[in-house]
Parts: sequence; structure tokens; C-alpha cells
Amino acid sequence: MHNIMSDPLIRIEGISKKFTGRDGTATTVFEDLYFSIEPGEFVCLIGHSGCGKTTILNVLSGLEQSSSGYVFVGGREVSGPSLDRAVIFQSHALMPWLTVMGNIAFAVSSRWPEWNQEKVRAHCQQYIDLVNLTGAEKKRPAELSGGMKQRVGIARALSIQPKMLLMDEPFSALDALTRGVLQEEVLRICAETRQTVFMITHDVDEAILLADKIVLMTNGPHAKVAEIVVNTLPRSRTRHDLHKHPHYYRIRNHLIDFLVDRSKVFASDSPDYDPRHPPLVSPGLDPAEAAALAPVSGKPLAAVR
Amino acid sequence: MNHLLSWRAPLLSLIVFLLLIGVWHALTLPKSSAPQTVGSEYAALVGAEASTGQKSAFPSPADVGRKILEHLREPFYDRGPNDKGIGIQLAYSIVRVMIGYLLAAMVAIPVGFLIGMSPTVYRALDPYIQVLKPISPLAWMPLALFTLKDSSVSAIFVIFICSLWPMLINTAFGVSSVRREWLNVSRTLEVGHLRTALRVILPAAAPTIMTGMRISISIAWLVIVAAEMLVGGTGIGYFVWNEWNNLSITNIITAILAIGLVGMLLDLMMAKLTKLVTFTE
Repeated sequence: MHNIMSDPLIRIEGISKKFTGRDGTATTVFEDLYFSIEPGEFVCLIGHSGCGKTTILNVLSGLEQSSSGYVFVGGREVSGPSLDRAVIFQSHALMPWLTVMGNIAFAVSSRWPEWNQEKVRAHCQQYIDLVNLTGAEKKRPAELSGGMKQRVGIARALSIQPKMLLMDEPFSALDALTRGVLQEEVLRICAETRQTVFMITHDVDEAILLADKIVLMTNGPHAKVAEIVVNTLPRSRTRHDLHKHPHYYRIRNHLIDFLVDRSKVFASDSPDYDPRHPPLVSPGLDPAEAAALAPVSGKPLAAVR
Repeated sequence: MNHLLSWRAPLLSLIVFLLLIGVWHALTLPKSSAPQTVGSEYAALVGAEASTGQKSAFPSPADVGRKILEHLREPFYDRGPNDKGIGIQLAYSIVRVMIGYLLAAMVAIPVGFLIGMSPTVYRALDPYIQVLKPISPLAWMPLALFTLKDSSVSAIFVIFICSLWPMLINTAFGVSSVRREWLNVSRTLEVGHLRTALRVILPAAAPTIMTGMRISISIAWLVIVAAEMLVGGTGIGYFVWNEWNNLSITNIITAILAIGLVGMLLDLMMAKLTKLVTFTE
């Protein structure tokens, strides 16, 4: 499909977002963001609220425009929403007057307007089965639990066979048990379909479970990409044995350490920071140096680079 | 517990009904006091018994009951322009209401859509709506008679004007308050404007639009009676005024009851339709 496989699917070049308040003062939420997403990659974005995470996702989806900078998808600049990039909304955003089948069929018939009803139905059923909602086709969203609603949201997004899936904290409104189950299903589905995913989260464990790369944002305003953490855990991970892997706690500590302390003081922390090439770190890798990571040491994390 | 409550309300309704009829009956009983002296013209008007005070000039429940039965037996008779059955008169009114109401819906829903979707159009048309909305629909009547030169068409125009505003305002409100995320879903699916309007905005705004339509039909039914009293000829409003000129209080009471019943049925019909498009989130 991609003639040049090494080319990133998504390239973000120096995007920023300014909001003008009621009194006319402009606030720069984030600026100078540079990162890219390879085909088949699962990238999570973590940051405190106020760093513009949802805005970044909306810019990627084309629903919002950045104040400056560019987003390229497959070499083309993003100018608006596209069926190539499906969005899974935090609040699931299902149409309450449509059934499960109706909600997915709306997406499918938007993607392939020439399909007849029978073909649309069969295609929808495939994705309803994929998210384990078989039997609930005729139910309306009001009759579904929170987890089931989000499954419909996932099925709707996948059904249009997008190049890229954008998820905005898709599981944050769910209880811990349901969230865990859905995370594993997303993991399974992404492994089966080799789907490229960009996901916003504030859940460190969710990021470690799902992501290949974790983009860390500093606090807003003027938020930046602080660093990109490579998840060195093997891809065949499950929620069950995730914490048994030696890399797990190192990555986790690194992320939590960042969120608690370094996200605030990042700028003063790294004088040689270049926003165009945010540092790529693999905190999971080296056990010897990981000892220096212990919270008591308070030493800069540059050692693990 | 529940089956106890289920018959309590109807029983109470029945008691209230009997009480009202009882009071009415008692108030219209023939008085045994000395014959009153009244003018001969008044006596001719209200009848011999009433003029001598033996019988109340106001009809008793039994009188009205007999009249209702009479109308029920022959609701659609037609004996010339001043003597038509109550069913025919109601049918005239209902047809006028329906024509005016549907014309209003055909204007109000598309315009309301436009106002709801575009803040500019909203701001441009809002002053007109604010000025035109509080005008009593009957105030348009002379203007309508002058320009349309037909009393029946004028009555329909008055219905059109009075049905317009609730539908227009509710449609605009329903459309403008469609959840942003549903529109975003539509945008990310690259759905065209027309398809978004029909498949997303219309069903999302339908309950609010239907509420406006329900308010409108009630107002239209209120206004038709007054409008027909003015324009005359046919219709239940004209019937009431004609029976007032005939001083047939029993007919007037019958007509009042019929107006109430038809109004209730119209409202029930709209409630049923509203239920069809309502969704729970």
C-alpha cells in the first residue's frame, strides 16, 4: 500500500495553537510540536490537562486548525476531516436515535455511498462481531452500558477502514474493570488489523500496555513535546503479565517521574533541547543505569538516553 | 398498592364530574318565588317559563344533555347557510387549521433550520421575529381581508401566522443546540451538508421541533374560534356566534365542549407523533 514504507504515515511539523481570550489576550497552548507516526505504530500522548492534548488530536483529525505549522498524512497536508482518519471520541458520540447497527451503517454508507443496504449490513456485522457486540445490533445507545457504547464507537471507527485511528481518552469515562477489558480488546484488534493509532491518555499503565511510543508533553501554556519514550516491552503483552516484565517498572517510574516533577520544569531542565528533534529515550532498557532513575536520586534523566 | 391507586384517580374524576353537574343542576332548578315581572320582549326571548321565574334562563344539565344527543344523532345535517350540523362546522374549522398549520410548517421548519445553522441569519432575522411574534394573530385579520379579499382564506392566513412562531423558534433552537460531537462525527465521515442536515441535525432536533409543532396546533385551535367569529360563514367559531345570536345557550355549551374535545384530540395526536421521534440519551 505504501510505496515507501520508511516514510512516516503522519508527520507533524511545528504546529502551535493560540487562543484569544475574551479580554483579547492570546494564550499559546502548545507550540513547536514535532513528531511523526509510522504505519502500524501505536502512539500515546501523555500530558497534564491544559497542555492541549485534545486540540492536538483535533488538529490531526482536521476538526480544528492549528495556528501555525503543518500536519502531513501520507505526504499530503491535512486541510480538513477525512475518512482516512477515524476518530473515537471520549464521550463515544453515538447518535441516540440510531441502533448499534444504524450508527455503524451511517459511517459505512458514508465511506462507500455506492454500496447497497445488504452489503453495508454485512460489512457492519463483521465489525460488530469484532468488538464482541454480536446480538446487540438492534439496541439503542441508551440501552447499552458505557463499555458497550465505546465498543460501538470503536466498531464505527474501524468499519470505515481508516489509515489511522485517533482516540481521545476513549476509556477515561469507564470503570476500571471495563477499561481493562476494552484495553485488551483494542490491543488484540490493533494486532490483528495492524492499525496505526494515535491515542491521548492520562493513564500511565494504559500507555505502557498499548503504545509503541509514548509522547510526553510539558505543562501548558507553551506546552512542548518533552521527549518520546520507546516502549521496549515485547508487543505481545497482556494486562495480566505486563507488570512481571523487568522493563515495566522502569518505564512506569520514568513516566510518573516525568508527570509529577519534570513536566513543570522541563525547559530549565534541558538546556540543549531542540523541539524539532525531541529526545527519544528507552528507560526500560538498561538495568544498571535505571538504578540512577530512583526518585530519591533526583539526578537528571539524561543518563538513560 | 398499585391497583388501589389505579382506580382512585378515575373515581375522583367521576366525583368531580358529578359534583359539577350537581351544582349546575341545583343552580338551574325552577324557583318557587313569586312571578317576576319582566319586559315583554325579554319574555319572548327567553321563553314563557323562564320569564315568569319558574325556570332558569340558563339551561340545566339535562337540557344540554338532550341537545348533545340531538347533535350526536345528526352531526352532519345541512339546512342552509345558517343551520348546519356541529360536525360540519367542526370539519370546516379543522380543515382551515390544518391548511394554515401545514403551510406554516412548510415555511417555519426550513427557515428555522437556516436560522439555527447560521448565527448570521439568526442575528439578521431575530429583530423581525421579536417584533412580529407578540402581535395578536387577529390583528392581521383586517389586513388579510383587504389584501386576500376572501374571508375563508383570511382565516387560514391568521392560522398560518399564529402557528408560525412557535415552530420557527423551536426549530431554530433545536437545530442550533444539536450536540457538537454529532456534527463532528459527521464531519470526520466527510458527510455532505444535505445528508448531515437530514440524517444528523433533523433527527437530533426532531423532539424540539415537534414540541414547537405541538404548541402551534394548540394555539391554532384557540385562534380559529375567534377568527371564525370575525369572518363568519362557516366553522365552529361562527357556529358559537350564530347560536349566541339565536340565544341558544344549550348549543353554545355543546359547541364549547366540542371545541375542548377536538383541541384535546389534536394535542394527543401531536403528543403521539412527538413520542415517535423522541430518543433517550
